[in-house]
Amino acid sequence: MSTTSLPTPTGQPTESRAAGRSGRAGDRLFSGATTISGIIVIGIVTLIGVFLIAQAIPALLRNNANFLTSREWSPGGDHPRFGILEFLWTTVTSSLIAMALAVPVGVGVALFITQYAPRWLRRPAANLVDLLAAVPSIVYGLWGLLTFRAVIRPFEQFLQQKFGWFPLFAPTPISGGTIFFIGIVLAIMILPIVTALSREVFDQTPAAHKEGALALGATHWEMIRTSVLPFGKPGVISASMLALGRALGETIAVTFLVSALAGGTPWTWSLFNGGETFASKIANNAAEFSNPNKTGAYIAAGLVLFVLTFVVNSIARVVIERRKAFSE
Amino acid sequence: MSVSRIGAVSAIALAGALALSACATENPAPAGSTQGAGSSASAGNVDCFSGDLAAEGSTAQKNAIAQAIKSYQEACADATIDYNATGSGSGIKQFIAKQVAFAGSDSALKTTPKDGKVEAEEAKNACGSPAWNLPMAAGPIAIAYNVNGVDKLTLNGEVAAKIFNGQITTWNDPAIAALNKGVTLPSTPIKVYFRSDESGTTENFTKYLQAAAPSVWTADPGKQWTGKGEGKEKSAGVSAAVKSQDGGITYVEWSYAQQNQLHMAAIDTGSGPVELTGETAGKAIAAAKQVGTGNDLALKLDYGTKEAGVYPIVLVTYEIVCSKYADAEQGKKVKAFLKHYASADVQKSLEPLGYAPLPAEVLTKVDTAVDAIS
Repeated sequence: MSTTSLPTPTGQPTESRAAGRSGRAGDRLFSGATTISGIIVIGIVTLIGVFLIAQAIPALLRNNANFLTSREWSPGGDHPRFGILEFLWTTVTSSLIAMALAVPVGVGVALFITQYAPRWLRRPAANLVDLLAAVPSIVYGLWGLLTFRAVIRPFEQFLQQKFGWFPLFAPTPISGGTIFFIGIVLAIMILPIVTALSREVFDQTPAAHKEGALALGATHWEMIRTSVLPFGKPGVISASMLALGRALGETIAVTFLVSALAGGTPWTWSLFNGGETFASKIANNAAEFSNPNKTGAYIAAGLVLFVLTFVVNSIARVVIERRKAFSE
Repeated sequence: MSVSRIGAVSAIALAGALALSACATENPAPAGSTQGAGSSASAGNVDCFSGDLAAEGSTAQKNAIAQAIKSYQEACADATIDYNATGSGSGIKQFIAKQVAFAGSDSALKTTPKDGKVEAEEAKNACGSPAWNLPMAAGPIAIAYNVNGVDKLTLNGEVAAKIFNGQITTWNDPAIAALNKGVTLPSTPIKVYFRSDESGTTENFTKYLQAAAPSVWTADPGKQWTGKGEGKEKSAGVSAAVKSQDGGITYVEWSYAQQNQLHMAAIDTGSGPVELTGETAGKAIAAAKQVGTGNDLALKLDYGTKEAGVYPIVLVTYEIVCSKYADAEQGKKVKAFLKHYASADVQKSLEPLGYAPLPAEVLTKVDTAVDAIS
């Protein structure tokens, strides 16, 4: 709102007015362009949602089992029975394990890089972590399958033997990609997201806050606790949610690693059980989408993943907005 | 392996001889192309087309058709054939949608309604003429295992069914021991791996289990696994899992078992253990009954066979073609390529890749059918 755009009281045609007109034209053009971009994004998301729902409904109507609570999955044939309970459990549990591991480590790495590391080390260390994000997910899958599996396996066996009485660690016959193992691989995959975003926000902590804390006699750790962490909290939360979205939807690496369960396997809470995630189930079976109803069943599963990710992101938004209100 | 090496050596020798004789003429061709000419000459007279040919389907025949395409294109520089190995289901779907000239499939077009549609009818409508199933490659399915210290293992239908549905859980089970006298079996728990994706291999293997042990394997054969165990992604996934797990067992295409150097169980159909070889698997095809009419060569394998020397677990992969193409040019291309694919030389070259060559009597029928494509 510059003064040049205000009409002059005398009404004289001046240069400033001409400049104002062209300014308005640019203004309109730019606001129009951004509005269109915004509408396109909303439009795409809405269309994806509409597509998923439209494709899923006919299959859901023919479903003979409860879609949300059944563990069966036989979407083909004349009497399809399918439910997503198992995929939901595997997807959410493995992602939560990934979060539990990646967020503390990621925040730790970000604090080290921004607060503790000597200046010469900061850039290289940050780049190195970012490099993790550049590794294609298929490589994580291969590495997990061929190398990392053997490293984690003894640890899993130890937990099953010593803590098998605890339902989450109950022994299972699964030898390959357990939910626990997938969680660990996902943690490594989302670590760079958490680290990079947290690093950015920690770096933005006003020097006055930090100096103030130090001047009041705080130690380095107390300074971080009282000024850096509270300031960075919304950023860390949004970083975590972005990472969670990635973990929920990760496809190829998980498809490589998961051990599917045979139909009729008894239910267990164990993290050492197998199971497929939404994304891996869909990816693994995409070649056999032989009829619309079967396809619809998979699309319905995809819809649940879509909604799940949507809810996670909405919660993150709400949390961040609330935090903002507090800090201002 | 050694056979193909000898072939390569002789091809080079032949190429060398050609190159020497070519020196006398004005245009000595580069060694590479001469060699190509030499190998195409050995593949018989190839009817070349120029242009593109697209096909899609089964992953089980991927290596076989890739080999046929390679030798065809070596002989015919102007031809481009593209086979997209996405799975039998999508191959048939694309064929019906007229996106590809022919489809590769692990099972013949279904003639009974499924989900209100009959594949064979749909294909007929898409072609405007009856669609034919032509067997082109036979992929034996190996029962591959990894047990420390056990190099030789014999199973029969019943014991295999019990292993795969979880009734037998350790390797030293008396039922296994009874079939393997003189073999020391450890008490390692059995880990069954199955294909987590829907697969023609699973379908054919469960068909075998049901035919060989109907009282043990009661589930309907299908593309989705109905036994017990731990699911892994595709053939590569199950073979990798067995390789890295002591006590592991799975069913997988022969080529994967060979490439991963997994031990394979011999099958005792009632008249002694039969090892999996190109010959024993080929016999199963020769004994199969033709269920299609005329040039439609859909086969029905006798999985419950008790005949001596027959390895019963075999998957036949078909090329699904129109008998009369609406686009005559396309028909010519399909015919030219399949003629080459069904030639004895190409069939022989498939064995090192893990396929059983089709027996001569089946090949003759395929040849006749291919000739009738227009």
